[in-house]
Amino acid sequence: MFRRNGTECVAAFAIDEVRVLRKVAGEVVDLLTDGFDRGDPVVDRLFPDIYPDLPEDSAEFRLYTEGDLKTGKIDQAGAILAALPDDGPGEVRLDAETAEAWLRAINDARLAMGTRLDIAADTDLGDELDDAVLHDPASSRVFQLSVYAYLGYLQESLLNALPEID
Amino acid sequence: MVGMALPQVAPVETPEIEESPADDRPWVTIVWDDPVNLMSYVTWVFQKQFGYSREKAEKLMLDVHNKGKAVVSTGARERMEMDASQLHGYGLWATVDRA
Repeated sequence: MFRRNGTECVAAFAIDEVRVLRKVAGEVVDLLTDGFDRGDPVVDRLFPDIYPDLPEDSAEFRLYTEGDLKTGKIDQAGAILAALPDDGPGEVRLDAETAEAWLRAINDARLAMGTRLDIAADTDLGDELDDAVLHDPASSRVFQLSVYAYLGYLQESLLNALPEID
Repeated sequence: MVGMALPQVAPVETPEIEESPADDRPWVTIVWDDPVNLMSYVTWVFQKQFGYSREKAEKLMLDVHNKGKAVVSTGARERMEMDASQLHGYGLWATVDRA
């Protein structure tokens, strides 16, 4: 988890954390590049219609903005990959600008996972996880829910470690 | 100086200008509640994006959370489109509408 150190946000990651963060950031990049699919509900959530009742206006606006938006999101996820150790435990130190990229990228990853996991307003993550463990402790859902919860804690810790905005 | 008769001028036919009140209304950017974004993150985004104070950003965030949506900025259509697009960059669910 992140804490403030001077002007930087600092976290020490175990090897499992490094691997998980590399995996989710890589999945976001894939989703936005080779795996890009307009029919994917995750893409719908990351690139919502700007005019819900005017599909043609939304599509026209998207034509001009989607490329930049996509590039921005790929760069954000790239900031996570660039700051992490290659494959091993290690400390990560983020200046304010990189911390912002991390926050946005963690959020994209949580949006993607939350959509896939059908997270709803009344979802209790603890109950979901208990149910999934009871059903099959080795299932991919248990892993995904754990990672989703972990990313939430990590994002919150990074928000708390950021210098106050004036 | 008083009692000057007004010059007799035939009234000029001015064409009726179609003026719908809707056209005078500004546009708004709306942020919708979603089950994933952290409340603290949404507050931070409003501060970053609009330069709002923490108090104002928190109030807007709570409006989104409690009422399902909130108007976060008001102005010209192009400006609102830019706001919404930047909010999409942060992962917020933003749309544009008439005020």
